[in-house]
Amino acid sequence: MKKKTNAQRVPMPCRDPKERTQNFLEVALGYDAAQATAEASRCLQCKRPHCVLGCPVEVDIPAFIAAIADGDLQAAYRIIKSTNSLPAVCGRVCPQENQCEGRCILKAKGQPVAIGRLERFVADMMLDGKNACGWISDTGSCKLINPELAVACIGSGPASLTAAGYLAARGFKVTVFEALHEPGGVLTYGIPEFRLPKAIVHKEVESLQALSVDFAVNWVGGKTVTVEDLFNKGFKAVFIGVGAGLPHFLGIPGENIAGVLSANEYLTRINLGRAFDFPNHDTPVCPGKNVAVFGGGNVAMDAARTALRMGAQSVRIVYRRTMQELPARREEVEHALEEGVTMELLSAPLAFTADSTGKLRSVRLQRMRMGEPDASGRSRPIPIEGAYTDLMTDLAIIAVGTRPNPVLLGNTPGLTLDDNGYIKIDEKTGETSIPGVYAGGDIVAGAATVIEAMGAGRRAARSIALKLLGKTT
Amino acid sequence: MQTQSAIVKKKELIPGQTTLLEIHAPHIAAKAQPGNFIIVRVSETGERIPLTIADADKARGTITIVFLVLGKTTALLNTLKEGDSILDLCGPLGKPTCIEPGGTVICVGGGTGIAAMHHIAKGHWRVGNKVAAIIGARTKNLLLFYDELSQFVHEMFVSTNDGSFGHKGLVTELLRNKLETDPTVSEVVAVGPVPMMKAVSLVTKPFGVKTTVSLNSIMIDGIGMCGACRVTVNGETRFTCVDGPEFDGHAVDFDELNARLATFKPMEKESMESYCKCAHHEKKD
Repeated sequence: MKKKTNAQRVPMPCRDPKERTQNFLEVALGYDAAQATAEASRCLQCKRPHCVLGCPVEVDIPAFIAAIADGDLQAAYRIIKSTNSLPAVCGRVCPQENQCEGRCILKAKGQPVAIGRLERFVADMMLDGKNACGWISDTGSCKLINPELAVACIGSGPASLTAAGYLAARGFKVTVFEALHEPGGVLTYGIPEFRLPKAIVHKEVESLQALSVDFAVNWVGGKTVTVEDLFNKGFKAVFIGVGAGLPHFLGIPGENIAGVLSANEYLTRINLGRAFDFPNHDTPVCPGKNVAVFGGGNVAMDAARTALRMGAQSVRIVYRRTMQELPARREEVEHALEEGVTMELLSAPLAFTADSTGKLRSVRLQRMRMGEPDASGRSRPIPIEGAYTDLMTDLAIIAVGTRPNPVLLGNTPGLTLDDNGYIKIDEKTGETSIPGVYAGGDIVAGAATVIEAMGAGRRAARSIALKLLGKTT
Repeated sequence: MQTQSAIVKKKELIPGQTTLLEIHAPHIAAKAQPGNFIIVRVSETGERIPLTIADADKARGTITIVFLVLGKTTALLNTLKEGDSILDLCGPLGKPTCIEPGGTVICVGGGTGIAAMHHIAKGHWRVGNKVAAIIGARTKNLLLFYDELSQFVHEMFVSTNDGSFGHKGLVTELLRNKLETDPTVSEVVAVGPVPMMKAVSLVTKPFGVKTTVSLNSIMIDGIGMCGACRVTVNGETRFTCVDGPEFDGHAVDFDELNARLATFKPMEKESMESYCKCAHHEKKD
């Protein structure tokens, strides 16, 4: 292959920012074949590829890119699918700049290969023709499902879907228990349509159903069914992937005024409840003219961009530090700014105030400055004495992370938790303190990324397969 | 593992206003305890709403709910007939009532809260507690669950606003009277409209008697994910769905709860009006 190191990274075609704030259609449109081939040909095909080391599920990145450059999409898809069960999802939501693309040798020149976009291209091209067992199974051929090898996954987010896919492809009978009425976990209730169309999530779920994975919705782990019940029902192993839990609030006065809500509530109403289509769909959401979003992660960006689409006149992200420290994926920040979200940096909320009718009126902000770096090299924001400002807002969305959900943890005796209240596991196998019970994703790591949850699901599934079959395949 | 939640019995307790449904849901009935609630969704475009479990029969594999027809979801629920299935039924959720033997428990109920309270009274009665029930309604015809409740209580006091049955006045008057005359009361449990639970808590406070209220906050997931149901208890934010639904009545900020319950009033009205229009048109067609 020719080494075109000087070629420019092919930009991602996107909807016009003005148009896209008017609807929930997907913003990034995806490469066409010519764009994908051009981008694929930029890959240097390193002998010791660093990109693979940056991937939590170890996709053989140079190999699938070479296959695209050769025009063999089926081969590219097989390569990706052999370690990544949800490529259409990952190609859209992975923070590639911190992972594969962050390690790309071309990054030194500022233009890493667009690995995520290429992954998405392959997945989207192949998604429709994926009903044959060989396509779905990442082992190439379909194993007969052995009903004796019953495994339960609690939660149906990325960790569980990955574990289910890995196990089903190896002949396990998997049942996924989901507490909500729709499977997908954070992919369904959390990430908005304009970033991850629900049709993609549905297709991933359908492809697992085609592998005899059963989805039991409205089953709450720890309530409707306990881990002990599952073993009594004949499941040989249990994977816990119940995800991030209770939203953190700010702990400041006025926080329970109507009009202040968690990003989880806002996004769940809109993504799961389809509140954007009210009253055709019954779930309502507070309308907001001047919206303030607190936090700097992907969830904050999702909430801010959603608020624009819900008709807000102004949307501000209030963040304690500066643009450099924003933890959100770079592309999300860029998209948010293009669409008209503004940043209220170096600001921390002190109190919410209601008007005479009890509705949210404003939030008082403390202005901050960045302090000197501490011993660890990290600098902290420090309040500037006397520097306050009142921001008028009628809808405040809090996106400052989550803490462990007690529903399953509190009803699973013998499950050892870490100091932060998350599930403690054997780092190598993913097994918890209860033999045969494995865990992965945000309920172990705290809030992290989709791909890290998938890596954890894959690791646990591999351990389950090893334990129940006595070998890995 | 897929489940059908079929309605085995429907009884309009107050026609067009309050309905009882007994639903075949063995997986929920097996686990349901007094104090628990469920989340239901009635149509593919529907909203998730919480409803307290008014009874559970493990042998029959059924749970019973009693609901007031208040908005679109409950109106839709009320169109279902015996044999119909409820699209989504999830539970049992929330912490069960803390039921320990010893002492006299007064169970106060108002409106549909009487049905939910009945499950709690039954729980106390079963562990051998002395149970006194105080129930109230505007008028005799609106009084719910009198017969069901009387099986599980040692004493029953009734009040109606118009005096058509029992004491003319409020449940809180009967409650104060009972507390003044019975020193064995160890706990008061109140389930009903927010103003009633607030008033009950105010009455019991001077007596220093433990008071438990069951809150009916707005919820979406019901499993702790969103915080829509948050309530201030003892100055701290708690989630009704996972920390409750029962809390110390002397520590709950009822005014805040009331304000939060009103958050979606205009939209609830809009939703109901658009539903009524459609239902009206369908009838004409």
